[in-house]
Amino acid sequence: MTNVLINAPKTAKKGEVIELKALIMHTMETGFRPGTNGRIIPRNIIERFTASWNGSEIFRMDFSPAIAANPFVSFFAVASESGKITFRWTGDEGFAAEESVAIDVA
Amino acid sequence: MAGTTRRTFIAGAALVSVLPLASARATPEAMAAAIKEVVGDNAIREGRVTLDVPPLVENGNAVPLTVSVESPMTEADHVKAIHVFNEKNPQPHVFDARLSPKNGKAMIATRIKLGDSQKIVAIAETSKGEFFSASADVIVTLAACLEDLT
Repeated sequence: MTNVLINAPKTAKKGEVIELKALIMHTMETGFRPGTNGRIIPRNIIERFTASWNGSEIFRMDFSPAIAANPFVSFFAVASESGKITFRWTGDEGFAAEESVAIDVA
Repeated sequence: MAGTTRRTFIAGAALVSVLPLASARATPEAMAAAIKEVVGDNAIREGRVTLDVPPLVENGNAVPLTVSVESPMTEADHVKAIHVFNEKNPQPHVFDARLSPKNGKAMIATRIKLGDSQKIVAIAETSKGEFFSASADVIVTLAACLEDLT
């Protein structure tokens, strides 16, 4: 099970700009470091992070190996309607994780 | 054989030892090339972008970085993308983010790795096709990506 931490308000006024924070546990191995046996550890990173609000994409970010381990991203969104905000991470070695939070927009 | 004198041998050995080092790191030229790939022939203007990164960091494994862009974020005028580049990590790219009016505010925060003291460049692309940039110099005491510490 992947460890994910989401920080988002539970309620918002319609049209309000809210901050969304997402953190996921992942080594983000760069593919440039030698391991204890002297060989390069193969690259294993998250390549893409997306966020969607009730199914429509609101934010997308492509990572490189220069993103720190346990990637943290904070961004903003306009509260449009009540429903679900879904965060999705995909990457090397078939990595995929998804987490959703509910939000009430009044 | 007169072909290999001590002098040419030393010169050759020096070249061989320098080459792998040179290819293992991005250079200011590599960063410029990566930026050109994104920007094309458009002019890049200073301003509107704020790149917030500590000037001196102890640990290059996790450096907080915030990019914010002054923009009304309306359908007619918004920030479409934010790109961040570095000049001395193994690769010049840090991240590319896509934004839309749905974001309301063009601001992204994350944590990055820095392999050396270097310059970071953030570039914002607006819906009008303009490019704005900001840069920051960071001094790193403990570099990232050196060895496996686990």
